[in-house]
Amino acid sequence: MADKKINSITDLQQLSQTLLDKQKEYKIRVLICMTGCRALGAKDISTKFKQSLKEQKLDNQVIVIETGCIGICAKAPTILIEPFDFLYGSVTPDDVDEIIETTIKNSKPVEKLAVSQNGEKTANINEVEFYKKQKKIVLEKCGRIDPTKIEDAIATGGYLTAVEMLNGKKPQDIIDEMTASGLRGRGGAGFPAGVKWNFCRQAQGDEKYLICNADEGDPGAFMDRAILEGDPHKVIEGMIIAAYAIGATQGFIYVRAEYPIAVEHINIALDQARQLGLLGENIAGSDFNFDIEVRMGAGAFVCGEETALIASLEGQRGMPRPRPPFPAHKGYLDKPTNINNVETLANVPLIIKNGAKWYSDIGTEKSKGTKIFALAGKVNNTGLVEVPMGTTLRQIIFDIGGGVSDGRNFKAAQIGGPSGGCIPAEFLDHEIDYDSVEQLGAIMGSGGLIVTDDRTCMVDLARYFLEFVQSESCGKCTPCRVGTKKMLEILNNICDGNAKPGDLNELEELANTIKKASLCGLGQTAPNPVLSTLRHFRDEYTAHVEQHKCPAGICKELTTFVISAEKCKACGKCIDVCPTEAITGEKKTPHVIIQEKCVTCGACRDVCPFDAVDTE
Amino acid sequence: MADIKVTINGKNVTGKTGQTILELAKENKIKIPHLCNDRRIKPVGACRMCLVDVEGQRNPVTACTFEITPDMVIQTDTDEIRQLRKTVLELLFYEHRGSCATCDANGDCKLQRYAYDYQISEDVIKAAETAQPKENYSTGSEAIEYDSNKCIRCGRCVRICEEVQMANALTFKGRASNVEVSTAFDIALIDSTCVICGQCISACPTGALYEKYSKGKGQTKELKKVRTTCPYCGVGCQMDLNVNTTTKKIVRVTSEKSCVPNDGNLCVKGRFGFHYVHSDKRLTKPLIKENGQFREAEWDEAIALVGKRLKEIRDKYGPDSIAFLSSCRCTNEENYLMQKIARTAGGTNNIDQCATTCHAPTVAGLASSFGSGAMTNSIDEVKDVQTFFIIGSNPTEAHPIIGLEMKKALAKGAKLVVCDPRKTWVAKHADVHIQHKPGTDNMLTNAMMNYIIENDFHAKEFVANRCEDFEQFRENLKDYTIEKAAKECGVDADLIRKAAEMYAKGTPSSIFYTLGITEHTCGTENVQNLANLAMLCGQIGKPSSGVNPLRGQNNVQGGCDMGAIYSVLPGYQKVADPVVREKFEKAWDIKFPTNIGGRVTDFIEQAGDGILRGFYCLGEDPVLSEPNQAKVIESLKKLEFIICQEIFMSETAKLADVVLPATSWAEKNGTFTNSERRVQRIRKAVDAPGQAKPDWQITCLISTAMGYPMSYNNASEVFDEMASLTPSYGGISFDRIDKIGLQWPCPDPDHPGTGYLHKDKFVRGKGLFHKIKFRHPAETTDEDYPLILSTGRTLYNYNIGNMTQKSKPIRQKQSRNFIEMHFSDAEKLGVKKGDKVNVRTRRGDITVEAVIGDKVRPGALWMPFHFIDQPTNKLTNDAFDNITRTAEYKVCAAAVKKA
Repeated sequence: MADKKINSITDLQQLSQTLLDKQKEYKIRVLICMTGCRALGAKDISTKFKQSLKEQKLDNQVIVIETGCIGICAKAPTILIEPFDFLYGSVTPDDVDEIIETTIKNSKPVEKLAVSQNGEKTANINEVEFYKKQKKIVLEKCGRIDPTKIEDAIATGGYLTAVEMLNGKKPQDIIDEMTASGLRGRGGAGFPAGVKWNFCRQAQGDEKYLICNADEGDPGAFMDRAILEGDPHKVIEGMIIAAYAIGATQGFIYVRAEYPIAVEHINIALDQARQLGLLGENIAGSDFNFDIEVRMGAGAFVCGEETALIASLEGQRGMPRPRPPFPAHKGYLDKPTNINNVETLANVPLIIKNGAKWYSDIGTEKSKGTKIFALAGKVNNTGLVEVPMGTTLRQIIFDIGGGVSDGRNFKAAQIGGPSGGCIPAEFLDHEIDYDSVEQLGAIMGSGGLIVTDDRTCMVDLARYFLEFVQSESCGKCTPCRVGTKKMLEILNNICDGNAKPGDLNELEELANTIKKASLCGLGQTAPNPVLSTLRHFRDEYTAHVEQHKCPAGICKELTTFVISAEKCKACGKCIDVCPTEAITGEKKTPHVIIQEKCVTCGACRDVCPFDAVDTE
Repeated sequence: MADIKVTINGKNVTGKTGQTILELAKENKIKIPHLCNDRRIKPVGACRMCLVDVEGQRNPVTACTFEITPDMVIQTDTDEIRQLRKTVLELLFYEHRGSCATCDANGDCKLQRYAYDYQISEDVIKAAETAQPKENYSTGSEAIEYDSNKCIRCGRCVRICEEVQMANALTFKGRASNVEVSTAFDIALIDSTCVICGQCISACPTGALYEKYSKGKGQTKELKKVRTTCPYCGVGCQMDLNVNTTTKKIVRVTSEKSCVPNDGNLCVKGRFGFHYVHSDKRLTKPLIKENGQFREAEWDEAIALVGKRLKEIRDKYGPDSIAFLSSCRCTNEENYLMQKIARTAGGTNNIDQCATTCHAPTVAGLASSFGSGAMTNSIDEVKDVQTFFIIGSNPTEAHPIIGLEMKKALAKGAKLVVCDPRKTWVAKHADVHIQHKPGTDNMLTNAMMNYIIENDFHAKEFVANRCEDFEQFRENLKDYTIEKAAKECGVDADLIRKAAEMYAKGTPSSIFYTLGITEHTCGTENVQNLANLAMLCGQIGKPSSGVNPLRGQNNVQGGCDMGAIYSVLPGYQKVADPVVREKFEKAWDIKFPTNIGGRVTDFIEQAGDGILRGFYCLGEDPVLSEPNQAKVIESLKKLEFIICQEIFMSETAKLADVVLPATSWAEKNGTFTNSERRVQRIRKAVDAPGQAKPDWQITCLISTAMGYPMSYNNASEVFDEMASLTPSYGGISFDRIDKIGLQWPCPDPDHPGTGYLHKDKFVRGKGLFHKIKFRHPAETTDEDYPLILSTGRTLYNYNIGNMTQKSKPIRQKQSRNFIEMHFSDAEKLGVKKGDKVNVRTRRGDITVEAVIGDKVRPGALWMPFHFIDQPTNKLTNDAFDNITRTAEYKVCAAAVKKA
């Protein structure tokens, strides 16, 4: 561990070089994802690696690094071996010896662990489709460094930009650069970050605060988590630059308690930065003082909303406050406060290092840079994806994501989590950026992207998200607290077959009132999933309400499964899985569902190899 | 604040910077509905009823939170806005469970009113099911009940508890549609930090929060509100007695926002302390003692007997043989008549009231320094004080609504210096808390002033131009070094320095004190020294800056103003002044009494010595309120004739020969003068029980029976007579103070009253510096009595407790006497929390429960005096202030042992 305080740019540059040289002492680096993949046994793989390398006396040439998210979560646990850039998926400890033998000793790929695409196995990460179409700038180091070692960050140029800024750059110039870059807040609303900083810089007050919003709460979204877990120093560096620009001396990282690895890594990183004099008083010999405190959330989704977050930081119940006054004027403890989310702050060092021009060349006219999406749902390559703004949904879902799983048909993508909306197949070739997504009735949000197939009921999907926001409503304002509850009751009625005529109208009217009349972003966007599914899949609603049918076969009360005599090959698989013995049929005769016994669980449909089970 | 021009509904209106749309609309009589807004607390924009359109805003905004900006174009009543509000209301009814038919708030419920205004469909209202109240945090409370079914989650109760009361008892729990009001961890309200002020009830816009005892006693729509003045402390809160016109009972007490001086706020005593009015223990018929037993009598017989006996004694033994004790619980009119009967029918200056027990040193001390013995500033000015110097005062308990004004100032960043042997609420929130030994105040203030002069912090110009006798005062201070004071007071020297500097440099500073200053053998000197401090620093004669004694009883200011003091006549006109005497001789058609007269403490001694023979006691209970109870009883028993006017059978009344039933404050008309010199009305709300009569009428009957006829048609006539003889009240009449009281001096009918005193010159001309020497208290500790006992008032009870203890909510919170002692002393004595301990002084002993903590300093004890069956005044020392004969309740030597 480097333990001498850094007192100048030169100090830092020298340390960086020393550390880089030291890294080169190892010929091979085995990078094992120890964040998400940990859940699937990555720790055992790491232990086995270290043990075997030691036994074979390779541990002076080969270093095992527990790293952050490599991206392709569908193949977890994943490992990456440098300098070959071989990517292995679904690795088990039993594979370790073979990897050592084949790759470490003989520089060859282990074919069976390589990612298969188009029927072929591809070991080199740079040739895997999932990565080829991505542009990893924010996630560049994620999965390539040890996030618990500041040495790794510094060796790869970390903190250099920040230290350069503190030594002579004018805060206003930094803000101007940020504004020129066109970076928009990655937390969801897409407000220009430079403009936001400027508000805070201009606000009257001798004490100002900077808050990093790491309360990533959208179901299925985990990009901020990946950044904090995989490259925490990038966020800290971004915060130092932001704090210097706006004139803050105290920062907070408000992070979900549900992210223990992120909390651990960020705390380690903060300690290390402090020890090197990169946080605290007179950072790196400059006259700038700034430190960061980690505060953990207590599990309320609404605390991702900036005013609720501030209330929570202050020790109040996490409830939003009306704006104005905006946090830039009256935020934490009524002092000017700037809040950016993790991904936004992680962009900062890149922009400042490479310049606004470099950054604004990426993306579309009004949405610059890259965006990280958490690809989830019915898609083959689930994982974290960083693409330039303006990439089409088709590229993300089909080229990068490898298409819809189980070969089913794409129905829609839910983008922006519970505050967002769905984008149906007809818009697959739309370029995705803040404005285009909004035009389609969704929002970029924090970047959750959930793929649905033709067996997803859109009413049910809307109900799912509404149920989420309803239970996460803080209860402060009437429209959100009661309105979402009423909407949910109507949706439950629709899904349960108890809809009344006029329910759809009432749903829409309520949705519009809630959007208009709610206090904070949570309430104002809560009806979005309902409104966007109504917009794009109204027929499906009508089928529920008028024909009492769920076309996707999900809503149990509205579904009758039948077996097509033509398609059924009488294989008996459905009989085996049926939990209520509702299917009869002899060999060679088409099977039949006894409706009285059927509980419409759909197991027969899922298991049928011939698509013979369908809704009536 | 700059003017801002905006347009509301097409109309051009002008507002101020920082004003919200709602405030501006209200000013311009444009109605915007709102449920979660209460002027007393910060707006939060929760209910969404006040949505309005502002040009350029994407969505409608909440008028309660949105501040106006130049050229803003606002629409408050478009079809779309109305529809949004209607939907919000419908949503509230979707949540609301309850029917107006059985709700106590029927008639004063905003939800109900807006449902009508917006014509909510019957379907929506029908769909609102009713439900039984669920068990919740309020279950078991005798004061406050919460019905979550009727709650609309506006949070006003939570916020008023937090922001105004700063009690932080309430919070929201749960999320989304499960949100409810509760206490932290759902503990019972009675065990929480709740101070039972009931402000939550006052803030609730629906019937979700209500007084438990009021449930079912009458719906708001059928209650008559009678505006009156609170009968407890000297703040003089305006309140409405809500009377059920059928049962003729008070159902609840409320207060209207914007009323002066309390702006709709009330404390536990004001809101929950009225039950005594309807107590079945009230006296209803005159009582005459025969053979040691009381028998009921008719008024004629009783009055005739009283008149005859008082006359006989007066004639037989002379003017020093009868004494009149008036009551600061009673009205100005009654006090006026008591001093009048003493000086006319009685022919004596033996007239006093309970100020001798409390603030007589204030009246004497401030009058000698400034020329006027009253609070120099208004309650309304408290919130703008920048540095508080609070000494010997526990405002959040003894004067809770002034405490709220102080809290307002603190929330705005005011500095706070507190000198108090106890860790009171203000002490805990102070920037500097000097926890000095009881009885060392003059050592402390002298050292502070010495330090201020040494460091040149004093206001030289003010001292030179507006004060006199500075040099001898300054010379005297030289002996009082900070180090000496630190040792004597038992506090850190730096704290004294800090306190002195903060006070001297405040912009402005203001002194607040109470009985911790006056109830000493050096009480008057204590007060004079505070006057010295204020003059020295020029912290007087300005808004929010002066010397402010907080008066303890509803009308103790008035009782003194009315001349119920041996040495002065109404308006502090001196008896010694022949011109004054002549004026009253003429007005009253008498020969003015020639004796000097005395104080209540003199009366008791003179009774014991056989000098005093007859005693007319109006609404006072000296047996409980005077020090050294055994001696008081022994002395009073020697009297030939005692007559008491009372609402309950008091301990003193038990010794009386005749007891006459009087009306309570809710059963009569009149005026009280509050601590800020504001003369305010009280009004009859209910009928008196049985044959009880207003005190002023009884006094008239007795005077007449004694041979000096007195007759008035109503209290207003009494007031007018008084005003005609009292320059400082000269411009005040019942009509002028019908809505808002006036502060004296108010010499003529066009005078607006006086907010703060001594503006350009002191009432006496120049402010007079007094040379004050530190003197030790009368009683010091020794081996047998090693601890110092002080007595005082709690938040929940009042004086001898005979009123407050009739209230169930109050009894539930505090019904027994206790003693506070420090951990270290408790440990030494082997006393544990809740143990019964025997407290002993040289005068007596009682056994009470021990409360152990660090509220008192080591070596100190503290007890309240509210409990009739455990009378603390068995213990207190009958040693008196050398000038006003006020007893040293704050210091006596005591011993404690485990009982």
